[in-house]
Amino acid sequence: MGDLLEIRDLRLQFNSLRGTVKALDGVNLTVREGEIIGLVGESGCGKTITGLSVLGLLPRPQTEVTGGQILFRGDDLLLLGDRAVEGIRGRLVAMVFQDPLSSLNPVFTIGNQISRVVRVHKKVSHGEALEATRKALASAGLRPDDALLDSYPHQLSGGMRQRACMAMALSCDAPLLIADEPTTALDVTIQAQMLRLLLDLRDDLGIAQILITHNVGVAAQTCDRVAVMYAGSVVEQGLTAEVLKHSRHPYTMALYECLPQGKKASELHTIPGSVPDLIDPPAGCRYHPRCARAMEICETVKPDPTRLSEEHWVACHWAAGQVAAGEGVAS
Amino acid sequence: MTPLLSVQDLCVHFVVKRGMTKKGADVVHAADHVSFTIDPGQTFALVGESGSGKTTVARAVLGLNAPTSGAITFDGRDLIALKRGARREAMRDVQVVFQDPYSSLSPRLTVHDVIAEPLQANSKLSGRELNERILALLEMVGLGTQHLWRRPHEFSGGQCQRIAIARALALEPRLVILDEPTSALDVSVQARILVLLEELQERLGLAYLFIAHDLAVVESVADRIAVMYLGEIVESGVADAVLHAPRHPYTHALIASVPSPDPERRSELEVIAGEVPSAIRPPSGCRFHPRCPFRMEICDQVEPEPHDAGGGRLVACHLPDDFDLGAAPERLASVTEEDA
Repeated sequence: MGDLLEIRDLRLQFNSLRGTVKALDGVNLTVREGEIIGLVGESGCGKTITGLSVLGLLPRPQTEVTGGQILFRGDDLLLLGDRAVEGIRGRLVAMVFQDPLSSLNPVFTIGNQISRVVRVHKKVSHGEALEATRKALASAGLRPDDALLDSYPHQLSGGMRQRACMAMALSCDAPLLIADEPTTALDVTIQAQMLRLLLDLRDDLGIAQILITHNVGVAAQTCDRVAVMYAGSVVEQGLTAEVLKHSRHPYTMALYECLPQGKKASELHTIPGSVPDLIDPPAGCRYHPRCARAMEICETVKPDPTRLSEEHWVACHWAAGQVAAGEGVAS
Repeated sequence: MTPLLSVQDLCVHFVVKRGMTKKGADVVHAADHVSFTIDPGQTFALVGESGSGKTTVARAVLGLNAPTSGAITFDGRDLIALKRGARREAMRDVQVVFQDPYSSLSPRLTVHDVIAEPLQANSKLSGRELNERILALLEMVGLGTQHLWRRPHEFSGGQCQRIAIARALALEPRLVILDEPTSALDVSVQARILVLLEELQERLGLAYLFIAHDLAVVESVADRIAVMYLGEIVESGVADAVLHAPRHPYTHALIASVPSPDPERRSELEVIAGEVPSAIRPPSGCRFHPRCPFRMEICDQVEPEPHDAGGGRLVACHLPDDFDLGAAPERLASVTEEDA
């Protein structure tokens, strides 16, 4: 399948009172048609900002994009004007957020706010917009009866609200959906239902998705490929099983080892130190102060992404060295 | 061994007015007939989804919710019957750590003052002795002395949680109630807090009442667990046994809903339909019956009593003890016939 979206070496920073926050430092990410790619990482690593940058929703004026490209079917979204981005947002790329209650308008009914989205993006009559709304609600797993269309967000449960948000995102048949922690606010049995929905959207409607999550389990169960982020960069990317079970980046390995997975607390692995302050990030590889494999070069030179196999990329001097050494032995 | 904490038949109901213009009131059945015991030095986990009543039970033990009925006994003393002063005395041995470390620490107090407060209110420590005690507590939770005069906003979530733990340990309690202590934290930080809690338990002989919704976390710390659904305990027993061989259909569904971080175990993501019903009008009979894939005729009429299923396991379900929960619901028909 071809590439739907390609983010190349995206760099951006925020100007804050304390100084310049170097939030993204070379994000490389590819999304193919009809796949779910997981963007995994801990708080503050830049997952959400990456998602927002695709939609042109970055906070202004304090954000400054300092480099890179975001190619959607070959067009660089960063070069488009506000009007052109508005035409893409919602119609070609849609987003659902973590908290469904704060992303729905409390004073409009569900039917009203979703059909309004349809009418903004497509030249259709009121009736056709309502029809599209019902179709979207049904795709999101809700019963699209009048009672639902006439209800206000506060009358729905958390799971139904998140499905309504999903319906809004689906209402204009966008080929790419960015789901930012869509299940984090939900209980685990409802989360399982929502993950099933994401898989159905991929399989039945062919919708490509960027699933932003801090939950490795969620990514493991739903994603075709996974990209792991740390302190503003994608450090490892590849097929889900490759990245999680055969990790090559020391951060991915350590993160996976931190998960309880049936281990007793005394056997849990931990990562020393804490996430760096991005106003003054470490030189070289940003993970090196916490890395068990750090070498001299890691302190000065930022590692470039190295291709390990067809799909598997890693940005690490140690992992790249391992591969080179391995190849040396093989030949 | 006499249990440290014993909760018997605890009910907590809240009365909510219907509205300014409407007459009458509704009763929220936040916790109904909850019974469990915690032995000294043991970790007991209460597990369930939001609204299942876990926190209500913990707050009742702490005296922050008035129980509607039931008994709470700590170290042989009936906490509900105690007068205010005597209760305060007894509650020194019971401390709490809340979920959100930022909102449970006063932003205006330094770390020193946060930890000094319970010591000054409950002991005669002052001056150098007080300072030494505070430093010892900080060291115990893995924080250096350089943090002493800082305020909560200068710390990360994990560090704040360490401060909250130090404060909880200041009075040398015997029971610490941990209400979702790691849910607000990233996994790498969560692992470090879990390791710390385990170390402290070993060193100080603490008992924990651990409240969590994350089954993987519970599995790593708990000796015994109780699974709650809509205010009731549906299943309880030894943690490993309950989590690896659940007997109640809800426990089974809850475990199956947890996405495994192992991408090679994919088929396990099972789905139960529906959502948790309202606690104002809980379903008749078994409260889980509207969502239960194995429900029988009896389930919507008769509330199942918790019965001993062997090995200290209590299960509140009408299904026979040897029922295979992994079976497809199609097999249900034959089982119901045998039962009848």
